[in-house]
Amino acid sequence: MERKNQNPIVNWIVKSKILGILFFVIIGAFAVYKLGTALFDNPSLFLQQVVNGLQLGFVYALIALGYTMIYGIIQLINFAHGDIFMVGAFASFYSISRYNVHLWFQNLFPSVPVMLAQIIGTVTVILVSMVVCALLAYTIERIAYKPLRTAPRISALITAIGISFFLEYFGALNFVFSPNYITYQRPFAVKSWFVGPSGFGSIESGIAPPAHSIIFSNIFLIIVFASLLLLLVLQYIVKKTKIGKAMRAVAYDKPTARLMGINSDAIISVTFALGAALAGAAGVLYAIAFPQVFFSMGITPGMKAFVAAVVGGIGSIPGAFIGALIMGQAETLSAAYISTPMRDAIAFSLLIVVLLIRPKGIMGETSSEKV
Amino acid sequence: MMLEIEKINVYYGAIHALTDISYNVKEGEIVALIGANGAGKSTSLKTLSGILHPMNGSIRFLEEEISTKAAEDIVSKGIIHVPEGRKIFAPLTVMENLEMGAYLQNDKDQIACDIRGVFERFPRLKERQNQLGGTLSGGEQQMLAIARGLMARPKLMLLDEPSMGLAPVLVEQIFEIIQEINKQGTSILLVEQNAKMALSIANRAYVLETGSIVLEGDAKEVMENSSVIQAYLGG
Repeated sequence: MERKNQNPIVNWIVKSKILGILFFVIIGAFAVYKLGTALFDNPSLFLQQVVNGLQLGFVYALIALGYTMIYGIIQLINFAHGDIFMVGAFASFYSISRYNVHLWFQNLFPSVPVMLAQIIGTVTVILVSMVVCALLAYTIERIAYKPLRTAPRISALITAIGISFFLEYFGALNFVFSPNYITYQRPFAVKSWFVGPSGFGSIESGIAPPAHSIIFSNIFLIIVFASLLLLLVLQYIVKKTKIGKAMRAVAYDKPTARLMGINSDAIISVTFALGAALAGAAGVLYAIAFPQVFFSMGITPGMKAFVAAVVGGIGSIPGAFIGALIMGQAETLSAAYISTPMRDAIAFSLLIVVLLIRPKGIMGETSSEKV
Repeated sequence: MMLEIEKINVYYGAIHALTDISYNVKEGEIVALIGANGAGKSTSLKTLSGILHPMNGSIRFLEEEISTKAAEDIVSKGIIHVPEGRKIFAPLTVMENLEMGAYLQNDKDQIACDIRGVFERFPRLKERQNQLGGTLSGGEQQMLAIARGLMARPKLMLLDEPSMGLAPVLVEQIFEIIQEINKQGTSILLVEQNAKMALSIANRAYVLETGSIVLEGDAKEVMENSSVIQAYLGG
């Protein structure tokens, strides 16, 4: 028999969940205090970290979108998604260093200004990786996931883990990507600018930028613009096109979608391809930002993007984006102000905190199905 | 003969849901399938629309065997299934729900024209076209479900319990709409628990009992049959 505690104070402590709330308030206050003092002590350094975090966050966002879309449509956590991101990075590595894809446009139209040619070259490289990843994910979905559509969800999950290992260690073979860390050649020359109290200007090599200014590079710009553009394109596809509406219908109710003549398998394949294309773009951008590619490079960003998707509310596209931006900030700010080796631990703790407060994530839908 | 079902057997896992069932729908008819809960009414519709497949027997629609075809292919033949419980896509707007009904239609002008037609028939849906499907009331959802079905330009419409959970006034309205749709040339196969209502608009009826057809005939005859009166029409 359950013994009821009659002590009113203990009862109140349990009922009001005061201890938990206090715990979060203290952690929150500590974080605000830390960040606040950091902002006042050295605002330009703080803003610099925010810019760095933004760069990271946008890359995570592109990966997180794939996780959330695939989860949304077949409730599968596609653990192979991070490895598709890796394949995207390698695809761009080969297309740059073997096939000079980034120079194709420049060679075809030599009269175009260098700056524009470089942008178009980079976009070409990104598009190539997106197509490679989309085809790869389409194939994986057809071979590995489709036969398991009616199987218990855990089977598909285990298959996803298997695919993840396969992609990593197949990639690690000497005649595939090799097990080495490979230096990545960017498709454009890095250029940096500073902005701050002493104005705005470009940074020449060998000359230190003026004090108290924020530095950003064309890498940052290309990551932010490419991610925002891809997000808008995705939003357009999901909200306005026939296939996007069908995706939402299939995600909501597969049998009824089939009664409307929607081929749900085809729509699921398209969703996989779309998510993978975004991961491919993320792979290129990540390699541009951190110029090194290796067979297991997808694991950590993949994990973090997954966490971002969960924090944002898995299944929600804006949620994934917001979650990823939070993740990027949490990681860079904790690396800068709390502890660099602890940054991943702190970023992952954030997941626990958010999920304790909002179990469905920030933008998670509170299900209200009408029967 | 528009739709001809011959001696089909359908299993739900180990449960023998339909036993040697045969029935048919002629062009322009309203045919009612009535029977108690669990008699196999919904199962027969699901078998027609390709959600379930019969073990044996044949289903011919316009002289074509469709019993092994996938649901999405059957829609393209001209059969639309308006499922039990309406099954509106709640996170899609009313407009988007209608567009999903027209998923296999490719002519944009024709779709726009069909949407105008549907809005004329269901003015409420026009008012609410940008609202999410899940926010509609039960009656509105039923209208949307029928409207969504019409968007597929069906030759035969399968209606599963259109009166379920609706107030009597709304039920009458829905049945009037069904008759109108039928007058404009769509044949209708109607599954109903509300047998009285179904028989009042149907040309012919079949009575199902635990997976078999126990009675068939003109709706009037069925209505006058004493066993039906006892079982389904409340004395």
